[in-house]
Amino acid sequence: MALLELENVTRRFGGIVALDGVSLDVGEGEIVGLIGPNGAGKTTAFNVITRLYAPDAGRVAFDGADLLRIRAHRIIRHGIARTFQNVALFRGMTVLENVLVGAHARRGARDALETLEYCGLRDVAHTPVSRLPFGTQKQVETARALASGPRLVLLDEPAGGLVHEEVDALAGFIRRLRLDFGVTILLVEHHMNLVMGVSDRVHVLSFGRRIASGAPADVQQDPAVVEAYLGEAA
Amino acid sequence: MALVWPARLLGLGAVVAVLALLPRTLEDFTNAYASDLAFVAIYFTALLGLSILTGYSGQISLGHGAFMAIGGYTTAILMSEQGLRLAGHTFSSDLRDVYTIPIAGVVAGLAGLLFGLPALRLTGLYLALATFAVAVALPQVLRRFETLTGGGTGIQLFGLPQLSGLGVEVNVFGRTLPFNDWLYYLCWSIALALLVAAWLLLRGRLGRALRAVRDSEVAAASSGVSLARYKTLAFAISAFYAGVAGSLFAIATTFVNPDVFPITLSIFLVIGAAIGGYGSLLPLLAGALFVQYVRNLGDDAADAGRLPGPVAEFLARPGGRDLVFGATLIVAMFLLPNGIGGLLRRAAEPLTSRLYTRAS
Ligand SMILES: Nc1ncnc2c1ncn2[C@@H]1O[C@H](COP(=O)(O)OP(=O)(O)O)[C@@H](O)[C@H]1O
Ligand SMILES: [Mg+2]
Repeated sequence: MALLELENVTRRFGGIVALDGVSLDVGEGEIVGLIGPNGAGKTTAFNVITRLYAPDAGRVAFDGADLLRIRAHRIIRHGIARTFQNVALFRGMTVLENVLVGAHARRGARDALETLEYCGLRDVAHTPVSRLPFGTQKQVETARALASGPRLVLLDEPAGGLVHEEVDALAGFIRRLRLDFGVTILLVEHHMNLVMGVSDRVHVLSFGRRIASGAPADVQQDPAVVEAYLGEAA
Repeated sequence: MALVWPARLLGLGAVVAVLALLPRTLEDFTNAYASDLAFVAIYFTALLGLSILTGYSGQISLGHGAFMAIGGYTTAILMSEQGLRLAGHTFSSDLRDVYTIPIAGVVAGLAGLLFGLPALRLTGLYLALATFAVAVALPQVLRRFETLTGGGTGIQLFGLPQLSGLGVEVNVFGRTLPFNDWLYYLCWSIALALLVAAWLLLRGRLGRALRAVRDSEVAAASSGVSLARYKTLAFAISAFYAGVAGSLFAIATTFVNPDVFPITLSIFLVIGAAIGGYGSLLPLLAGALFVQYVRNLGDDAADAGRLPGPVAEFLARPGGRDLVFGATLIVAMFLLPNGIGGLLRRAAEPLTSRLYTRAS
């Protein structure tokens, strides 16, 4: 049985159907990519899973539990932590304080300083996050998510603001996360080399619908996927 | 972080030292200064509450005078003959009256909790307007429930009016003090105790959770911080502080009526907190001094002949004081966007950042 399962999830915003009957799954211990052109509904899917948005229809289950019966601030207690595409840090706080808030909900959370060390952020522990470049802020978000000791981490474009070499390092970092902590990862990313390189499987969204799923190599060949991305490039 | 506590304790020590010295050094302290300075402590207490609400949890209240009124009336009702039909008594001949102060805080805190619940649905300007409406409406409510509140006449706290004010002595802990001196020590002890309480309360998990709610609601919720719980909790704590301040306010004025807690009081608190710095605690002293002395500008100074004639004349004209007040405020906001507290933090920054780099 899958760890995370979305079944026929629909979410509308006025006339826009951001998610249109989307079903997808993430198995325990997997690294799964969630890709698709801009506006495909990837972030909306994250927001539905973390209960920031209620879906208009459908089911979301995590480890057999019905997530739609759980309130947003309880989600992390069930073991789901996330980052935000546009960075939602606590701007009036230091890096360390941000990570400590990440550990707010969980007892036995990883020590915040250790988490910073692990993420290579020990040197900026006492720096106000607002002073850091965007790429580093994204790393702080990841550290904050890890501090809760999650089972599933949702990463929304973690490579945003990173330069080329940093993106390569990020791929290694994501693989190590699974190795060191046994976490499951759902990854939204535009950097194709990164997603295709680290993901066991990939789900592709386009205009709110899931158009393909499978191993990275297969998905890349899929005509529907090629068309969706060509449409974007055109 | 490393330097916060030494700086705080140093600041607190300095304040305590000054407060201890003033009665010994100022001429005619009891009659000329004690009561005014007690009011500074009272405003400081209220500003602590407002800073916790706005500076920490990010919720605006333009009506904190209403929570002060609730605290003030609670103490007045408990102490007066009207309420419990106690015999007229001089203040604190036993410590019975002092017990009404925490009760006033708790009653106001509960009111804050009750207000905080519907306030969850409001943010920003709408929340500000709702709190403002409460503060505007409260005096009318107080007039209406006459049996409890004494209506428009209000309540004399000490049963017999002549027992309050100058010349009255208070026995406390086996010592005899003038009423004003007693007020000074009482108000400052409570204000500083509540300052330390705020430091301790906000230092860890709770303080971080409140600031998380302020900085990003979605990230706070996704980190497991219940928005509902912490927003209402902030209202309750904040109103507790205001209630204690209101209780002391009632004791200091020796009576309450609907005009004792006008809407302008709420506005002055908002401004005082801005001057001290939202999110700051000890620097709110500057805001409290501002509220006490600028609010009464012209009254005292002109009477005492301390201001030059034309200035005093200008202040005495209708609206003159408000004009000076508004201008001062605009200038202060431009020069100190984060209040005195922000200024101090910026001044300390080169030092702290150097220490951080060395430590890590
Ligand atoms: N809060 C919102 N209000 C209105 N429209 C939204 C909101 N969130 C997302 N949308 C719309 O839903 C669609 C999917 O958005 P999103 O999930 O952010 O896409 P992606 O993350 O795949 O780029 C877009 O058309 C977007 O404009
Ligand atoms: Mg997105």
